[in-house]
Amino acid sequence: MMKGLIGKKIGMTQIFDDQGVAQPVTLIEAGPCYVTQIRQPEKEGYSSVQLGFGEIHEKRLTGGQLGHLKANDISPLRILREFRVKKLDINVGEKLTVDVFTVGERVDVTGISKGKGFAGGVKRYGFRGGPKTHGQSDRHRAPGSRGAGTTPGRVFKGARGPGHMGNNQVTVQALKVVLIDNERNLLGLRGAVPGSKGGLIMIKEARKQ
Amino acid sequence: MSDQILKSVEAPVNENIPQIRSGDIVSVHLKIKEGDRERIQEFKGTVIRKRNSGNNANFTVRRIASNGIGVERTFLLRSPRIEKVVVERHSKVRRAQLYFLRERTGKSARLKEKFN
Repeated sequence: MMKGLIGKKIGMTQIFDDQGVAQPVTLIEAGPCYVTQIRQPEKEGYSSVQLGFGEIHEKRLTGGQLGHLKANDISPLRILREFRVKKLDINVGEKLTVDVFTVGERVDVTGISKGKGFAGGVKRYGFRGGPKTHGQSDRHRAPGSRGAGTTPGRVFKGARGPGHMGNNQVTVQALKVVLIDNERNLLGLRGAVPGSKGGLIMIKEARKQ
Repeated sequence: MSDQILKSVEAPVNENIPQIRSGDIVSVHLKIKEGDRERIQEFKGTVIRKRNSGNNANFTVRRIASNGIGVERTFLLRSPRIEKVVVERHSKVRRAQLYFLRERTGKSARLKEKFN
């Protein structure tokens, strides 16, 4: 069975494990998701499963979106996302809940990180900045040199420096599942998950177990 | 809404822990696991700080171990490892954080008892 869910980040807290040790836990409201389409190698050239998440009134969807779902008798869904899979062992219309995962299993989580705006080199890439003392002024968080001198006479493309930070797609690998609440569609993962509260999260089986 | 969901998975309040204040002399009974055996360890000292923050609430106990070395330990108020906490006396204190005790030893490190 394919393992993947779309969810919403709820927030972080601490939960005590059976040893009495406090663990950092992120809660995610995950699923229920419905399989809305299956992409086959013969037809689309690759294999993946499209999942839908979040109920919505059908007036909020465009005709094309609605037609795509109605073709398979699926109720209107807010979000559709594709999950690449090796084996297509699932049918259109099937429902996936948090039960696809088990406690103790490891998962990969993808989300959109919080936007940091235009950030300097110190925050963005961990540059050291300038010295704090010895007569320095205005050099404390400066990036320093960006390259060599007359040869090559320019800054190479891709050189690290200040710029826009965050608001990227970020994947965190191998987070441990510590809590599953089937009734409320809750998933608890040990550690932090990219994005703000309420942000869209995709959960997959871990590449590295 | 999301805060309510978070609260619902957090640990419940430990009923065996009474109201603790800065300056209290307390003994904290801790469950310690040694192999497959469980025993109770006592840590007795002065509460020098208490932080209220729901699930993460904690308090720090300071005691003077042998050779006059100060030992501080911080406990999570909702930790299931805490068996119980016994408050042995209250003290008259004028601040919430008793960090000044760290610089004091012997007689000057005492606090006046408060009787209610």
